[in-house]
Amino acid sequence: MTTATDEALIQSTADGQIMSGWSERAPSPRGGARLEAIEVSAWFGQTQVLDDVSLSMPPATVTALIGPSGCGKSTFLRILNRMHESVPGAQLAGEVRLNGEDIYAPGQRVTRARKRIGMVFQKPNPFPAMSIADNVTSGLALTNIRISRGDRRGLVEDCLNRAGLWREVKDRLGAPGSVLSGGQQQRLCIARALAVEPEVLLMDEPCSALDPTSTRRIEETIAELSSQVTIVIVTHNMQQAHRVSQQAALFLADERAPGGIVECGPTEQLFSNPVDPRTADYVDGRFG
Amino acid sequence: MTIVGNGSPQGVQITPRLPRRLTPGREPSDWIFHGLATTVGLSVLAVTGAIGLFLGYQSIPTLRHYGWHFFTQSNWLPELNQIGIAAVLVGTAEVALIAMFVSFPLALMFALFITDYAPPRIKSWLVSAVDLMAAVPSIIYGLWGFFLLQPHAIDVARWLSQYLGWLPIFHVDTDPNAAVWQQSSYTGSAFIAGLAVSMMAIPLACAVMRAVFDQAPLGEREAAMALGGTRFGVARTVVLPFAKGGIIGGTMLALGRALGETAAVLIIISPEYLIKARILEAGTQTISALIAANFGDATTSQLSALLTAGFVLFLITLTVNTCAAVVIRRSRSGASTDI
Repeated sequence: MTTATDEALIQSTADGQIMSGWSERAPSPRGGARLEAIEVSAWFGQTQVLDDVSLSMPPATVTALIGPSGCGKSTFLRILNRMHESVPGAQLAGEVRLNGEDIYAPGQRVTRARKRIGMVFQKPNPFPAMSIADNVTSGLALTNIRISRGDRRGLVEDCLNRAGLWREVKDRLGAPGSVLSGGQQQRLCIARALAVEPEVLLMDEPCSALDPTSTRRIEETIAELSSQVTIVIVTHNMQQAHRVSQQAALFLADERAPGGIVECGPTEQLFSNPVDPRTADYVDGRFG
Repeated sequence: MTIVGNGSPQGVQITPRLPRRLTPGREPSDWIFHGLATTVGLSVLAVTGAIGLFLGYQSIPTLRHYGWHFFTQSNWLPELNQIGIAAVLVGTAEVALIAMFVSFPLALMFALFITDYAPPRIKSWLVSAVDLMAAVPSIIYGLWGFFLLQPHAIDVARWLSQYLGWLPIFHVDTDPNAAVWQQSSYTGSAFIAGLAVSMMAIPLACAVMRAVFDQAPLGEREAAMALGGTRFGVARTVVLPFAKGGIIGGTMLALGRALGETAAVLIIISPEYLIKARILEAGTQTISALIAANFGDATTSQLSALLTAGFVLFLITLTVNTCAAVVIRRSRSGASTDI
């Protein structure tokens, strides 16, 4: 499976659209990186919320994290780009490797890890008073990347195209991000995350605040992006997990016990032929 | 006219479809509390208005006697019938501006440190420390400024006049390079009074700024962090633009405080009624210190003149604080962020 995806990565990089100027500036590999969580456990203060979670997220693959509320999916996702540590009292055991390199190793810079592993949140959070174009390039300003005006225009167009928003906003790039609808704002957030050229894109229930039409657009965007970047998505929607992902992991937590992965594997297999009876119960909607 | 509508059960008569004015339902206990709250609210307005009216009424004889000269005359010599607030107005503005110049960056950085940098366990301690600064009586700041700050501040003042003396505001009318330098030329200046007042302005400005920084939306903070932003990047991109109104409002509230500060200024300054820009040089006067210093042995007409000066100060601080309130209120609604 890995070999097949790696081949797909090479293919997609070779076929990838080369946009004006800026692509040559930073020839980052389109297709994403391999992200691996190894024996990850997490705590908030004295409370353990995750226990011994290991998961490999191959390049150019969409991995869905499913499970009921409070089982640690979102915490796990936030561990993958070091957002977990922004919560006071947060603790962690284990490793998260990006292309074999532990992002929590001493000397690794948190800003670099977050730049390489982008994140889209549950609630669309564009910078409200910034224009749409400025929102897209805000990550460059935040990470002190300088870019010429011409390259900037190309980057804005490319990122909005990849997020499936260009056609809707191309005539009002100067308008503030807050005037867009919820679904458009979420795609703007995706475009903003893509502008710093992450190798992995984490999505924390990106459609839970959106209507069905907007949800469909985001899902199409995920499908289009999946060949360019490694995607990990947390979702409560079983059908969505089924539709968008190639592999899935079910998280469960017993009462007052930390959460963990019950079963993971190719999405098709997890939904049609699960090994663990709890998986069968969950995907069939018998609990959760 | 009665209508038997399609939607109503047959035979039931309903009132015509005319709009009725709706008022929020209130229980008797609500009415009592409503009445109490309204009374207290109105009495606050009434007291403020009464102070303004009293001061305004008391100023009439002075303004009638001196006319515009009251605002253009810089001397305060009641014996010679020379009374005016031109010099004290300039002195008040100088002390307040020096206080703001020192307190604004300190308050801003301290507020940002508390909300965005300080470890959570010391955050509450820092907040209490700033609040305690606000609770220290101003006379203590005055004594601190006179006995502890002044002996060191005059060295800074001399250094400034030595190297930046070519600027009119840093010039001191003495030889800064003299072997035995004249310390008394640098004491009791607007600069030292401004430094002491800034210590009182910091907690006020800092408290307002901290409250607004804390309101910066978590979603936007996290968005900036997840893009690879540093803490400073998050502050620059999300927190400061969001809190723009609060920063201005807090600063203006502190300015209101600085304009009216009395005890500390009175202890530190050497009174002098001269319009001058030389802030490092000994001698200045502010409205509030003028009133406090001359109130005790004033005759009836002098009292009216002092109350007129007070009326001017009242109007200035009222304007500054009203502007601050308007700016703060606006800032709550505008969740603006930019780079």
